[in-house]
Amino acid sequence: MSKRNERAGEQSTSADVTGEGGRVGGVFYTEGEPIRDTKAPEGPIEDRWEKRKFSAKLVNPANKRKLHVIVVGTGLAGGSAAATLGELGYNVTSFCYQDSPRRAHSIAAQGGINAAKNYRGDGDSIYRLFYDTVKGGDFRARESNVYRLAQVSVNIIDQAVAQGVPFAREYGGLLDTRSFGGAQVSRTFYARGQTGQQLLLGAYQALERQIAAGTVKMHTRHEMLDLIVSDGRARGVIVRDMVTGEIERHLADAVVLATGGYGNVFFLSTNAKGCNTTAIWRAHRRGAYFGNPCYTQIHPTCIPVSGDYQSKLTLMSESLRNDGRVWVPVKAGDTRPAAEIPEEERDYYLERIYPAFGNLVPRDIASRAAKNVCDEGRGVGPGGLGVYLDFADAIRRLGRDAVEKKYGNLFEMYERITGEDPYTQPMRIYPAVHYTMGGLWVDYDLQSTIPGLFVIGEANFSDHGANRLGASALMQGLADGYFVLPTTIGDYLANGPYGEVDEEAVAEAETAVRSKIDKLLSVNGTRTADSYHRELGRLMWDYCGMERTEESLRKALERIPELREEFWENVKVSGQAEELNQALERAGRVADFFDLAELMCIDALHRTESCGGHFRAESQDADGEALRDDENFAYVAAWEYGEQGPILHKEALDYEYVKMSQRSYK
Amino acid sequence: MSERAKGMNLTLKVWRQNGPQDKGRMVTYRVEDVSPDMSFLEMLDVLNERLILEGDDPIAFDHDCREGICGMCGMVINGVAHGEQVATTTCQLHMRHFEDNAVITIEPWRAAPFPVVKDLVVDRSAFDRIIQAGGFISVPAGSAPDAHSVPVKKVDADAAFDAATCIGCGACVAACPNGSASLFTAAKITHLSLLPQGQPERDSRAKAMVEQMDAEGFGGCTNTGECTAVCPKGIPLDTIARMNRDYLRASK
Ligand SMILES: Cc1cc2nc3c(=O)[nH]c(=O)nc-3n(C[C@H](O)[C@H](O)[C@H](O)COP(=O)(O)OP(=O)(O)OC[C@H]3O[C@@H](n4cnc5c(N)ncnc54)[C@H](O)[C@@H]3O)c2cc1C
Ligand code: SF4
Ligand code: FES
Repeated sequence: MSKRNERAGEQSTSADVTGEGGRVGGVFYTEGEPIRDTKAPEGPIEDRWEKRKFSAKLVNPANKRKLHVIVVGTGLAGGSAAATLGELGYNVTSFCYQDSPRRAHSIAAQGGINAAKNYRGDGDSIYRLFYDTVKGGDFRARESNVYRLAQVSVNIIDQAVAQGVPFAREYGGLLDTRSFGGAQVSRTFYARGQTGQQLLLGAYQALERQIAAGTVKMHTRHEMLDLIVSDGRARGVIVRDMVTGEIERHLADAVVLATGGYGNVFFLSTNAKGCNTTAIWRAHRRGAYFGNPCYTQIHPTCIPVSGDYQSKLTLMSESLRNDGRVWVPVKAGDTRPAAEIPEEERDYYLERIYPAFGNLVPRDIASRAAKNVCDEGRGVGPGGLGVYLDFADAIRRLGRDAVEKKYGNLFEMYERITGEDPYTQPMRIYPAVHYTMGGLWVDYDLQSTIPGLFVIGEANFSDHGANRLGASALMQGLADGYFVLPTTIGDYLANGPYGEVDEEAVAEAETAVRSKIDKLLSVNGTRTADSYHRELGRLMWDYCGMERTEESLRKALERIPELREEFWENVKVSGQAEELNQALERAGRVADFFDLAELMCIDALHRTESCGGHFRAESQDADGEALRDDENFAYVAAWEYGEQGPILHKEALDYEYVKMSQRSYK
Repeated sequence: MSERAKGMNLTLKVWRQNGPQDKGRMVTYRVEDVSPDMSFLEMLDVLNERLILEGDDPIAFDHDCREGICGMCGMVINGVAHGEQVATTTCQLHMRHFEDNAVITIEPWRAAPFPVVKDLVVDRSAFDRIIQAGGFISVPAGSAPDAHSVPVKKVDADAAFDAATCIGCGACVAACPNGSASLFTAAKITHLSLLPQGQPERDSRAKAMVEQMDAEGFGGCTNTGECTAVCPKGIPLDTIARMNRDYLRASK
């Protein structure tokens, strides 16, 4: 039983040049059965994880060695998961596309990691972290998952410190913390501006220890290109050896995807260049539902674009907003240098509009506010796409030394990129795509809709609702990898064995991968994959970015299939399949981004409310703030892949503990 | 933002090598209208786009974060690992530091334990094996005591952090006349041996890592200091002294 929705006039469908989908009859999606069970235990929220752990079947230690788990990705989520599964005695195979697991994109995280340690005695608690995360996520995350995340957060800090992660400390020898966007307690642990690096090195070292012990077999420079589903269960992956070009099959009893976020669908983002959607998109094509694809986080403090050759955007840690003040000139079109604009002609607009939180309002609010002042013609720097982040006050108050101690490496990074000195002139910042709350749908066990396929870290959709709080992604990745998945996957494995893998399923997946590669190499057109990616990214930024409207999304949904069709007819990929071929790698990723982009726009179009990072211009209050529609949209949108277009399954969200309210940071 | 109206014109001499077996050669390319605000890798991106459209193989180079933190990028630029800009990775180098009409040579890391994979891409897996030998603290997930049970002096924590910032790029090896991996190895040994948590395995760690470094075929350290001069994270030379002390202590 499915009902048809969203007819897009009489638009004709694009020819399906790729054999990769395409809309039929202009119907964007259909609706299927709702999701009723997420497998979260019942009872008081604080007991649920304990309950689940106790009910999880255990694998006989003697059998663990015989159970084979594939973990794709070696970031905080995948690295910690592979290491922990190895420690538990499972037979693990791990993959990453970089030349070393230590280089996963988690390495770039700057600001810090949250944990409800309440070491400061400033009123923090597990409950408060839970509450802040549910509220910060604009009531679009599951209470059970978020509570567990807050509970496990305290163990993460213990684990990391024991591994030798050199967190910042105070003179008494205890750990230092700071407060971070959207939080009024000081619960963020950090290692100067390199928290992700230090946490990842901790996980990486644990992983290398297991590699040495022989429990984990590591394949670097290998890219997962398809998932093997046999008898309805995830049983392996098809990967390409990026050095030799060889297509390999790896079979297992369960597969874990920890392949990170898909912000690079926008081409320009703060993600590393190689971040991609291929692994999760291929799994989606094989039956895994995609949760809330349109929930994108735009980070307010990034270095603005400097030219059309720009290859990525650089984040300036949000911790800068603790001491930096955001402003633009009061008058539109004021092109005087910052120093010549007197105090009374500056608009510290965050402090003005949000007196309670000031410069520390959550990311989505800060980003949109920046866009608004730029739309009013008050932006600064080239093209008027920037606002000032000014440290003059902080330097006066704390002294240059103190500011340098806190932010020295960030200031240096800024100067290196822009050639401007932030000690003497304010930084220019602008929002950029940063994080994707959406991802493969998973249940309480982090299992997708394909049995045996688990998804962790940024690749899943689970804990942040429509907006992630600063310093909570590192927490979630490590919670998933060190503590949650190792328990829940055991339950799945203990219920096995799941029999032989169907050779036909493997061969089919392998053939699909090969034919896609052959196709990409044979088009021999006139535009590079990157140039298509740029155009797609621009389109997504304009039509499905910080602000979305029905009109913009419909435009995008018209344009994406056209562009995709052109891509498949006109892309130029030089070189061969059987060699290190970076042009081919990129083209393959871009092809999947096209399909994902379309689903993102459909999701954004169907969700006519605004929530968190998803701002529908049609749905705002009198003050221009995001207006949720809880009556109609308090659900997770889980999309099933369908040849005739995606099928929407709704998972209703109930709030037993945190009362739903409109966010207000005023 | 610099206001230079016109872009720069440059001559690049780039090492091209099809694979480990190929002898390799320098190939000259002209690139025009390069914006001073471009990063070095963006300049190569633009050239590669052109090469692809001409049906040529783009120049293969490693990169990922483009923020100076993942350690993936690395080229010898005009004879200097990561180029002449101090404390800067290749990806963080910007074209404003080059003159118009400059000739720029670009080569891969050269060291026997880092064989060339293709063009500017080398195999640095030897570094992972050095870590495997002992660059960790053995603490299975879930077994850790409360983080505040062991206070750590701020100076020690800060010094450990400084050493821990090594990004594993390999520039130190490329710059060293002996092809030594001492700075990389010493950075990890220093990081862990400065912390109370790292004490139980301190001796075995130093011994195993140094021996693995030797087994990989890296040269010995003769204190030339070239490594720390190119190191994008400024890992200091005295970490090597600490490594040697720990190694000797362990070998007694
Ligand atoms: C600049 C920046 C700063 C940030 N700062 C913070 C912060 O201060 N605090 C915070 O909490 N969060 C921060 N975040 C977010 C956080 O860093 C990420 O969400 C998190 O690290 C993601 O971890 P992950 O393990 O899920 O994925 P990743 O670290 O992205 O790892 C993905 C892994 O998957 C592999 N992979 C991907 N695709 C494939 C494929 N097809 N085949 C094989 N392998 C594949 C990669 O090789 C890699 O090993 C920041 C993000 C950015 C971009
Ligand atoms: S010591 Fe410095 S140069 Fe050597 S690998 Fe580490 S960061 Fe790179
Ligand atoms: S690309 Fe990551 S350090 Fe240069």
